[in-house]
Amino acid sequence: MSEERPPEAQPSWSARFLHHLWSANPVTVTALAVVLALLVGGVLIILSDAQVRASYGYFFARPGDALDASWAKISDAYATLFRGAIVDPGDIARALDGTGTWAAVLRPLSESLTSAAPLVFTGLAFSLAFRGGLFNIGVQGQAILGAIGAGLVGFLLPLPVVVHLLVVLLAGALAGAAWGFVPGILKARTGAHEVITTIMLNSVAAIFIGWVIVQSWAQDPARQDPISRPVDESARLPRLLAWLDPGLRVHLGIVVAVVVVAGVAWLLNRSRFGFELRAVGMNPNAARAAGMSVTATYVQLMVIAGALAGLGGATMVLGTAYALTALVLGSVGFDGILVGLLGRAKPWGVLAAALLFGALQAGGRAMQVGAGTSLELVQVIQALIVIFVAAPALVKATFRLRPARAGAITGVAARGW
Amino acid sequence: MSVSVEASVAAVEPAPFWSRERRAGLGLAVAGVLVAVGFGLLAGDRSASFTLAETTAGPTVSIDGRLGAVLFGLIGAAAGGLLWLPGAKRWFGWLFAIAVVPMVASFLCWQLSDATLSVMPLGQVVRSSVLLALPLIFGGLAGVLGERSGVINIAIEGQFVVGAFSAAMVATLLASVWAGIVAAAVAGLLIAALLAVLAIRYLVDQIVVGVVLIVFAMGLTGFLFEQLMRPEPGRYNQPSRVPTWQVPVLSELPLVGPVLFRTNIFVYLALALVVAVYVGLFHTRWGLRTRAVGEHPAAADTVGVAVLGLRYRNVLVGGMLAGIGGATFTLQATTNYSHGMTAGLGFIALAAMIFGRWNPVGVLLAALFFGFLRALAFYLGTIGSPIPSQFLNMLPYLATIAAVAGLVGRARAPAADGKPYVKG
Repeated sequence: MSEERPPEAQPSWSARFLHHLWSANPVTVTALAVVLALLVGGVLIILSDAQVRASYGYFFARPGDALDASWAKISDAYATLFRGAIVDPGDIARALDGTGTWAAVLRPLSESLTSAAPLVFTGLAFSLAFRGGLFNIGVQGQAILGAIGAGLVGFLLPLPVVVHLLVVLLAGALAGAAWGFVPGILKARTGAHEVITTIMLNSVAAIFIGWVIVQSWAQDPARQDPISRPVDESARLPRLLAWLDPGLRVHLGIVVAVVVVAGVAWLLNRSRFGFELRAVGMNPNAARAAGMSVTATYVQLMVIAGALAGLGGATMVLGTAYALTALVLGSVGFDGILVGLLGRAKPWGVLAAALLFGALQAGGRAMQVGAGTSLELVQVIQALIVIFVAAPALVKATFRLRPARAGAITGVAARGW
Repeated sequence: MSVSVEASVAAVEPAPFWSRERRAGLGLAVAGVLVAVGFGLLAGDRSASFTLAETTAGPTVSIDGRLGAVLFGLIGAAAGGLLWLPGAKRWFGWLFAIAVVPMVASFLCWQLSDATLSVMPLGQVVRSSVLLALPLIFGGLAGVLGERSGVINIAIEGQFVVGAFSAAMVATLLASVWAGIVAAAVAGLLIAALLAVLAIRYLVDQIVVGVVLIVFAMGLTGFLFEQLMRPEPGRYNQPSRVPTWQVPVLSELPLVGPVLFRTNIFVYLALALVVAVYVGLFHTRWGLRTRAVGEHPAAADTVGVAVLGLRYRNVLVGGMLAGIGGATFTLQATTNYSHGMTAGLGFIALAAMIFGRWNPVGVLLAALFFGFLRALAFYLGTIGSPIPSQFLNMLPYLATIAAVAGLVGRARAPAADGKPYVKG
């Protein structure tokens, strides 16, 4: 007869929450990855500033100087980043006591959403293809073609107000889809690996836009530099907060982006095509044995991904730039790849990741102007975040996280050519 | 129970009439005729001249532009017909090349007859081809070393960028090109170390790691360029040029002499490395182990080969080579670093590796081919060709797509390429 031991007291809900918070679940790993990336970014900030470097020259004589200078520089840079991305508390105080405007309070958020909108589309383009087993590195090229398509229809084809906007977005999507079709059909017919073909098409697209904007029918007649004519007013994405302050740049693109995210989530998780593409992505041989046409799926998938990327390029041109230049899209394609990876190739995750990266970019612009730290640092931080997220074991080891109970990240599944 | 032994009639299917050689041959013949007609009609009135030297002065060989375009096109068509001969299967690659060369000549006749300067100095074009192929050779060899062991290295472009940047910066700071080259190798090694750790130890997808490392490398060099080099170019961004060395007798040879034997260390190093990697891969113990690890790491492991250690070492050495490839951008003709100077050549190096079938000599030939296309695009751009310069600049990228799409045969990667190895 064994003694009955009193039942163990169940730990309280909050204790369990904290216990699982410090384990390798996706949210914690992402947050800690951001922290690690910002730390490495801080080191780079120190290295790149001549005065701070100089103060390290006599570190052993007066360590306080070097540490003070480092802390001042890093905190200044990151505080400017935050103020440019989310909100400046000083602006709130000024708005409350009447010396400032609410528009100024909303400006950082408006900038973040403006930067995030194209990233949602390009992130979706990469991640949808990724779920189907394709590495769509050609997002940049497809976005460029989308920008060209939208821009050309925007200033060559006059149409009434709402119709013009719809047609222009459609043109951008179709142009991007065509640029996605080429690697898709090559992969289906010849087995050419999409990594190389899409990267080459990126370069071809970048050269092509340089040619288009200097053609007589496209170049802005009022300017000497290589820039196209501006798109018509009726084709531009309207600014959402123009009633408050016309200078707030957030535009309809972000709303379209959220709608498209919902659409892609439905496509991926609830439609037959989504089921086929996920099956092909996980195991093409099994999918083929089950009767699905892997090659047809690849082609359809690249067309849809290209259309999404084209919408991203169109959003950039119709919402922000209003005219085509050689570098109008910046690196929105490659940033989209990072966004897709950070969002773990899930549509709503991509939206969250795009919002984060949009905030980083808006903050980075403020940081460049306010703290004199180059915008490229944001690129480094973004890449580092993705590296740390893609190798969760690295973050887990660094912070001594427990293995997650549920929702453990297995990292991105490894496969080859 | 009787076992009926049937005379086994070897049921060999007769080879289909439209085999690959015959289809390619017909395609080339048709293309040759189209080229002859098309370029012949487009050709201008002048004659196209070629000279072996590196300048346009001196003796030239001339042919009337229109005649040359038509003639070479027809020769290309006839060469396409050669593919219908029996035994063509074995020599497919060479016959394909023999058919393509006259079509290129026809193209040149058209371009030269319609341009402002109608002489093409072949010596200069060959020298440009070799120099422009250099980063592709280094990058391609780096890719071969990694992929033959089973690790995909997409980050060659990133290694070029950090190599070019470090070479410029260290060569300026220490006033020595040799220090610059060493720094470039170290920089490439560091990126390769990141790739190796993330791919081999943390099992992250290798293509994803490669792309992210490229973004990281470009962001890092861009940041350091903006913060350090742009404000003070004299202090950080003025390396000197590598010296030219001459091999006494061999440099007198007509076309290849000056190009291959009166040149800088990068060319010599590239050629030596091609030979070294070829001999290493196919005639040494290290090469055998590397190839075994790339094809079937589990089997190699049972025999006692240190799979992971070998992969690490090969990827790191490959990174050094790619770094040196990056140094070729900033220590030769253009002696400073500028943003975007690598222009996607790291990806063309990958294509050269696939086109060269993961074989060092193949990589050399593929790199020379892509280098020739780039040299051609530059030269035709300078002499005022009728085609807009932007489309000429697209040539190497379009050719890469055509090459990878298997217009010259299917290539097979090492079997375990891209698959991480986990013991047990």
